[in-house]
Amino acid sequence: MSSPKTLYDKIWDAHVVSEADDGTCLLYIDRHLVHEVTSPQAFEGLRMAGRPVRAPEKTVAVPDHNVPTTPDRVNGIDNEESRIQVEALEKNAEEFGIEYYGVNDVRQGIVHIIGPEQGWTQPGMTIVCGDSHTATHGAFGALAHGIGTSEVEHVLATQTLIQKKSKNMKVEVTGELPAGVTAKDITLSIIGATGTAGGTGHVIEYCGEAIEGLSMEGRMTLCNMAIEGGARAGLVAPDQKTYDYLKGRPHAPSGSDWDAALAYWKTLYSDRGAQYDRELVLDAAEIAPVVTWGTSPEDVLPITAKIPAPEDFEGGKRDAVARSLEYMGLTPGTALEDVAIDTVFIGSCTNGRIEDLREVARIVEGKKVKDGLRAMVVPGSGLVRQQAEEEGIAEILKSAGFEWRMAGCSMCLAMNPDQLAPGERCASTSNRNFEGRQGRGGRTHLLSPAMAAAAALTGRLTDVRAL
Amino acid sequence: MDKFTTLTGVAAPMPLINVDTDMIIPKQFLKTIKRSGLGKNLFDEMRYDDDGNEIPDFVLNKPQYRNAQILVAGENFGCGSSREHAPWALLDFGIRCVIAPSFADIFFNNCFKNGILPIVLPQEEVDKLMADAERGANAVLTVDLENQTIQGPDGGEIAFEVDAFKKECLLNGLDDIGLTLQKVDQIDAFEAQYAKQAPWL
Ligand code: SF4
Repeated sequence: MSSPKTLYDKIWDAHVVSEADDGTCLLYIDRHLVHEVTSPQAFEGLRMAGRPVRAPEKTVAVPDHNVPTTPDRVNGIDNEESRIQVEALEKNAEEFGIEYYGVNDVRQGIVHIIGPEQGWTQPGMTIVCGDSHTATHGAFGALAHGIGTSEVEHVLATQTLIQKKSKNMKVEVTGELPAGVTAKDITLSIIGATGTAGGTGHVIEYCGEAIEGLSMEGRMTLCNMAIEGGARAGLVAPDQKTYDYLKGRPHAPSGSDWDAALAYWKTLYSDRGAQYDRELVLDAAEIAPVVTWGTSPEDVLPITAKIPAPEDFEGGKRDAVARSLEYMGLTPGTALEDVAIDTVFIGSCTNGRIEDLREVARIVEGKKVKDGLRAMVVPGSGLVRQQAEEEGIAEILKSAGFEWRMAGCSMCLAMNPDQLAPGERCASTSNRNFEGRQGRGGRTHLLSPAMAAAAALTGRLTDVRAL
Repeated sequence: MDKFTTLTGVAAPMPLINVDTDMIIPKQFLKTIKRSGLGKNLFDEMRYDDDGNEIPDFVLNKPQYRNAQILVAGENFGCGSSREHAPWALLDFGIRCVIAPSFADIFFNNCFKNGILPIVLPQEEVDKLMADAERGANAVLTVDLENQTIQGPDGGEIAFEVDAFKKECLLNGLDDIGLTLQKVDQIDAFEAQYAKQAPWL
């Protein structure tokens, strides 16, 4: 009998085309997702070398980072550089025969939302995209990670990637999540425990009862931020929830293919006795709703805590904390719940799915967003938006005072018109709180959709359990 | 990537040290969607005045160097950011070879990925070539990668070192993609067997 393998080992082994003596492998890629920002030079490179895309049918393209999220975008994109990038993607997709969801297609949305939504993402696959949050797709038990522009070109031309294998890391979350605690709180708490370099060089497999208990949406939120923990990718073994989510999606297998695929997917789990290079166990009962206070995703604390002081830290982190508190305009000792906010952003590839919007609607139904607060909901895709409208969620959000936007990356990053002004403070369901990430001088507090909804109602960071 | 075998061309002298990637291609040109077309902005801030007019004194604006294919430069050429736009801009202008006493590491590697040969020579040798280059269009250099030699305008020969693997890639015009495409049979075979195993993909 062969030695026990982890889920990562199994997926890796199934995709090795060739291996050099030093362990460098040529890895076959099943899906390549492409967006407008990191792909233009890659297509240009193909054109200059006269090379075709090797497997256009395994490639899909969508504009998301640059697109405005106001309805008037049907008339075109004002910003010239953004418009040119989006037009270039459309032209490249057409020229190379790649499926493309244009700005006015209801299927358009954030690349990591539409991959699963359209059934492009499936268990056991290798998936790449010129974007670090490709880790999201690991929720389906797919090996998914971000790549650079020269690698985008490499995959387009060869459908392979030159890679060395990472190490295996297991993160087990035991027990049941308390009320008011969500996937976002788990993923942020893990980063808080390990640091942003904690997963470096590893592929994380998330397991345990609390992970099994998550919906597919929750698992996507979890894996999405594997990258903030420094890992190359995150993985959750597929189960009945995975199969149920995929069944009937446009690009999911059907008929006898479905049966064959399902039989294969059922072999995708870590064998008993499989070896991990690192293991971490968290007790779900001890996870609270959390919020970040600094400018690194590891600067995270339960909402009931107080802002720490630089002296609470050691070494280089001490200076970093001093700098980040100054940037954030926060004083040590202040209760997190006393921090007032100007803006609430609900969206992004971390939390822009239907379940996230349902959660927000449940909390704000019949209530009003705090006076003077700017609160926006940006669905992750046109189809999420449509479904929310059909379910009456959009109405609830609008009557509570939220702006109801078109799909895109929006205020997750300052690359389109949705940005924070200098000094503005935002409760955000996105994934990065770096300086300037949401706009020059903007201040970001990362939290779950439920916590963002609570903050929208009170105008300050708020414990959703107390509402 | 174009092959690099032998190159005979005019060498432009640039005796500056620490030429950084921001000088080679300033950051306002990084928003482009292309890697071609950067040649006109190569050394933009040294080459044009604030109104966009050419500065006649700048070496690449002088008639005898407008078609230069070789750059002879001072030490630590290409320092600064990792932008691949720097070799892209050189290449687009027509420069295929840079000769200097030393290079910044990332830039050095980026050159090979883009079909540009960076040659490291001792300062005295660079000085000699710099003097040749000062003589303008009458002083062509011939760079022979196979034999690892540079022939000066007066027949003198200078030998240079180059990593064997990188040399191989340049001689055959192989970038990472080119190298992987040499294994196309293996990829084909993998794909065929994989399609049987997982026909739904
Ligand atoms: S939503 Fe944010 S993190 Fe996700 S792909 Fe867009 S910019 Fe990146």
